[in-house]
Amino acid sequence: MALTRPVRTVWDIPREERFAPGHAMCQGCGAAIIMRHLMKVVGKDAIIVMATGCVEVTTTLFPRTSWLNPWLHLAFENAGAAASGVEAALKVLRRKGVIDGSRRVKVVAIAGDGGSFDIGLQSLSGMLERGHDVMFVVYDNEAYMNTGIQRSSATPYGAWTTTTPVGKRWRGEWRPKKDIIGIALAHRIPYVATANPAYPTDMVEKFRRAFEIEGPSLVHVLSPCTPGWRIPTEKTIEVARLAVQTGVWVLLEVVNGRPRVTVKVPRRKHVRHYLRLQGRFRHLTDEEIERIQKMVDQYVEEINRWVGEQAIGPVAE
Amino acid sequence: MAARAEVVRERPPRGQERVSATGNYAAAYAARDADVDVVAVYPITPQVQIAEKLAEMIANGELDAEMIHVESEHSAMSAVIAAAATGARAFTATSSQGLELMHEMLWIAAGLRQPVVMAVATRALSAPINIWNDYTDVMSARDTGWIIIFSENVQEVYDNVVQAFRIAEHPDVLLPVMVALDGYILSHTVEPMYRIPQDEVLSYAPKRPRGYRPVLDPDRPVTMGVLAAPNWYYEIKRQQAEALRESKKVVREAGREFGKRFGRYYDLLEPFMLDDAEYVMVSMGATASLVKAAVKRLRREGVKVGAVKVRVYRPFPADELAEMLQHAKAVGVLDRAIAFGGPTEGPLFADVAVSLATRGVHVPMVSFVHGLGGRDIFVRDVVEMFRILADYARKGRSATTTIFFGVRE
Ligand SMILES: Cc1ncc(C[n+]2csc(CCOP(=O)(O)OP(=O)(O)O)c2C)c(N)n1
Ligand code: SF4
Ligand SMILES: [Mg+2]
Repeated sequence: MALTRPVRTVWDIPREERFAPGHAMCQGCGAAIIMRHLMKVVGKDAIIVMATGCVEVTTTLFPRTSWLNPWLHLAFENAGAAASGVEAALKVLRRKGVIDGSRRVKVVAIAGDGGSFDIGLQSLSGMLERGHDVMFVVYDNEAYMNTGIQRSSATPYGAWTTTTPVGKRWRGEWRPKKDIIGIALAHRIPYVATANPAYPTDMVEKFRRAFEIEGPSLVHVLSPCTPGWRIPTEKTIEVARLAVQTGVWVLLEVVNGRPRVTVKVPRRKHVRHYLRLQGRFRHLTDEEIERIQKMVDQYVEEINRWVGEQAIGPVAE
Repeated sequence: MAARAEVVRERPPRGQERVSATGNYAAAYAARDADVDVVAVYPITPQVQIAEKLAEMIANGELDAEMIHVESEHSAMSAVIAAAATGARAFTATSSQGLELMHEMLWIAAGLRQPVVMAVATRALSAPINIWNDYTDVMSARDTGWIIIFSENVQEVYDNVVQAFRIAEHPDVLLPVMVALDGYILSHTVEPMYRIPQDEVLSYAPKRPRGYRPVLDPDRPVTMGVLAAPNWYYEIKRQQAEALRESKKVVREAGREFGKRFGRYYDLLEPFMLDDAEYVMVSMGATASLVKAAVKRLRREGVKVGAVKVRVYRPFPADELAEMLQHAKAVGVLDRAIAFGGPTEGPLFADVAVSLATRGVHVPMVSFVHGLGGRDIFVRDVVEMFRILADYARKGRSATTTIFFGVRE
């Protein structure tokens, strides 16, 4: 059964496990934590459709699988289209009486940042625009991790990746991260949220709502990657939490176009606390960090203006 | 070999309605009569009428299906594979660039053993862009693991699509099927054809109970589209190759049963005036009609010529073809496609040559290419090709390079 009660504390998170251990994800992988919690929420009556990427390859090494639910992977760029196909099939088979018309089986599509921001953007857009009853989860580890840490359009400014190396002329990624939330909202879909595994109740509650709602929904989850971000395996949650505490990652929920910050941060931490923990930002000078701080300030200001209150406060430490 | 294809008869076969249709409409009618559940088609010339007709039939309530207005052919193929994986009967159509954009997913449809059916109105490939007929698009998909059936006329388009559902979903097959129809020449030409009543189509190509094959079902969860390491991949691919090769039996049986029920028999190959033929031309699709006309003309002059139409291109009927051609003095192959840089540039020729050589039929062979990008092929051209073929037969050797017939040098 899908989770129907609102999640207020960790005790409300179901004990049931539908994401089996024994997979090959790295120690401390943020995506593993995200998948485990997502599967707790959706219960038995969910069909999972996944794009190629780290999670896909590490959880389905034949003949084993981590998925207790029906699960489909076709390719890298088409999670949106594949999910549309499953959803359309369920709809017509229900209508024709081939499957139980009263039973709600929902489609959940999962893709990394590459499978949604970049190569998967077209099919994601098609799926959102056509209004399929699909929940789309983006686990964003801010690079193509499966192929070895290449930049994507989700890679943040200043980050080292293997295709934005730090050298005499380049100093990591030099373009800002793409606004996937803005893109999702442009499709006027009923539910869009950001989430973060360091805030499990908030994340699980958002999964629950995105799953429950009729029509397309999108949850964009920050997913620390220990080798890709060059962080110690025990720092995943700490880094994820700092992303929120510094205002780099704002926990948002937009229901029918109305935005709200779900975890307010009255006093922000300076962005250096977040950056200095990660090897991918090791090369940054104080001056470059200040530039990033200004970008965060601007982002926070935009968010506050959008939600109509000072949800994220000034830098205090 | 029993290979008959009496197509449009004088008296309508019992219970069948005579209608006039383009090849595109015939494909759409067949999909409707097979009661498809999910349709995802992206517009491209010359296939686009299939999408339009299906939309019209769904809009009118003539067909109860979900139409997914996909944003590309890649997504069209992805969506129908996923729909089939969910247990639906799924159909799509495309041409040329669209088929190329699907290419990645063609492999995945076959690798996942999903019984998708697709009509391909054949068309040349860019560049330069060209919307007219040739088979290069289908040829570039020939190794993707699909069953590929070519149609000679509008009736065959309809009949082939109906058979495609029976073949694809057969438990011994579970492979996608592509039905090719010549762009414009069939896709846009109105011909009379017979429509089979829907209940008879559905009894011929029955919708099997959901769950006769693994599908995405919460009560019986499966993981589809896994990662297979070197210790598994090879065996899986070998199984797939065998499934495609073995599907020949089901394809033949489907053609025979179709004939029994509906009066039009189909086989893998269709011989034409072959019995005492010395010079034989092999071709596919609507091009085969021209070849037949040329054969008739030459026969009137007393030249012993014949033809073979390859109806089922994949799996390639190599044994059957070698048997048919064992007494020929020379074999020509007319390709309406080009395979750049090959030992010869005719892709069908390569298949025919390998089939004959490996089965001990050693006769002079000539590879002809003609009709690229919609260039008209005339009966007199094929007559001339037969004369060239006879020359090679006299010399007792094969042509080592492809003859680009009728091209301006
Ligand atoms: C068409 C295509 N291009 C490239 C690849 C290679 N590839 C596989 S996964 C991947 C990166 C995935 O990145 P992302 O979606 O961010 O997921 P992650 O691995 O980071 O979890 C790439 C480039 C592919 N499988 N298919
Ligand atoms: S590379 Fe990163 S995203 Fe991939 S499994 Fe390892 S930690 Fe997770
Ligand atoms: Mg990634």
